[in-house]
Amino acid sequence: MIRFDNVSKVYPKQTRPALRDVSLEVEKGEFVFLVGSSGSGKSTFLRLILREERCSHGQVHVLGKDLARLSNWKVPQMRRQLGTVFQDFRLLPNKTVAENVAFAQEVIGKSKGEIRKSVPQVLDLVGLGGKEDRMPGELSGGEQQRVAIARAFVNRPKLLIADEPTGNLDPQTSVGIMKLLDRINRTGTTVVMATHDQNIVDQMRKRVIELEKGRLVRDQARGVYGYQH
Amino acid sequence: MRAQFVLSEIGVGLRRNLTMTFAVVVSVALSLALFGGSLLMSDQVNTMKGYWYDKVNVSIFLCNKSDAESDPNCAKGAVTEDQKKSILADLNKMDVVQKVVYESQDDAYKHYKEQFGDSPLASSLTPDQMQESYRIKLKDPQKYQVIATAFDGRDGVQSVQDQKGILDNLFGLLNGMNWAARAIMALMLVVALMLIVNTVRVSAFSRRRETGIMRLVGASGFYIQAPFIMEAAVAGLIGGTVACGFLVIARYFIIDHGLDLSHKLNLINFIGWDAVLTKLPLILATSLLMPALAAFFALRKYLKV
Repeated sequence: MIRFDNVSKVYPKQTRPALRDVSLEVEKGEFVFLVGSSGSGKSTFLRLILREERCSHGQVHVLGKDLARLSNWKVPQMRRQLGTVFQDFRLLPNKTVAENVAFAQEVIGKSKGEIRKSVPQVLDLVGLGGKEDRMPGELSGGEQQRVAIARAFVNRPKLLIADEPTGNLDPQTSVGIMKLLDRINRTGTTVVMATHDQNIVDQMRKRVIELEKGRLVRDQARGVYGYQH
Repeated sequence: MRAQFVLSEIGVGLRRNLTMTFAVVVSVALSLALFGGSLLMSDQVNTMKGYWYDKVNVSIFLCNKSDAESDPNCAKGAVTEDQKKSILADLNKMDVVQKVVYESQDDAYKHYKEQFGDSPLASSLTPDQMQESYRIKLKDPQKYQVIATAFDGRDGVQSVQDQKGILDNLFGLLNGMNWAARAIMALMLVVALMLIVNTVRVSAFSRRRETGIMRLVGASGFYIQAPFIMEAAVAGLIGGTVACGFLVIARYFIIDHGLDLSHKLNLINFIGWDAVLTKLPLILATSLLMPALAAFFALRKYLKV
């Protein structure tokens, strides 16, 4: 699903690489936590998967494709098989819940009939059935994140990238979001989630990848957030 | 792609930047009106040049029957074959003459018809009212006076005219105006393009949330850019339509009504409606494509796809 071979990333005008010689593989259907302090390279790692950036050295394979060899005009096709969720939700404030989810289908040219069918379905899945016509501003943070997850999942991606999805949420709400992501994972979708939330990582007991100053320092199946000292 | 979705995005975009859109429309309208005006001015000059303008420097007009009655230069009657022969012989002897062409009354009638078409004056003319003439090309166009002194007042000669010299002053003026129009047009065009680039930048910035999400869910580059490009094209097309309106109104008021030059200067042949109408598609196409291209290149800089 994802393979990094000796990947380094140096941003222009910076001497210290954001990622150094990272090699790892994520299999189909896995749930992976990406942990590390701020500036450890988590965001760069995710941006490389989304091909927002290209790596400086090494190779990044996502969904079996070498991203360095993927031409620019094919990137959208690749991204349609990926779902993304962010800490700040990134919803359109002037569109309703249903419209926000439908937007992800409209812009890739799905038919109206298809949209009418899949939007209520995915909203039910994330537990927002009955709130189709609310505006994002009327919803709680947790609900907004559910809308964002619905939008990320409505096109049934093979891979879901979540960048601190619980970063703005209280612990109780976070647990709900994690249950939802776990449910999505169980449908066969690979989930890669960057997080700072120690409780969640410790509770879920999933694979943990830790980055420190751009290096891969830990890759542990059924891991916890940090080493117990 | 769903047209309805794209169209609604365009509407939203244009309304969001109403002042900017207005500025684009005005600058495109002005620059293209000047562009069209300059094309029409060139047409006008060409229309006025007539058949002989680019071919000869000096014309010797010979007396015809009606000149013999009205013109003191032709008091001795219409030109005779002998007079014509001696004029031609003298012309051929002169060093400054490069080429002489004889224009018969029938030829003159034909050329006049070609230039003035079916204006009221032309339709009342008959070939025998036309003048025969010798059209002379000089080795050095400045030597016009040599011909004038040699043939002015000679029997059978009605007048010697440096037609090109007379017209050149007028054409010089028109050309000057034309270049001024083009310079202003170029300036307005630059302004229009900069406004479009800026509009696109503002538009891209104010919609970065939408475009960011579009990018993440895998909308194609074309799909993301289309609303911006169409926005610029629509604004441009409105400007182009206004420019066309300007030209039509200008033709109407300057030549036919208002200033009414076609009656006040009835010896000058003015451009017709066909000249104006054939320019309109060119202007509309330019108004559509130029802003679209400008937007396309602006997006490469300001919108990550």
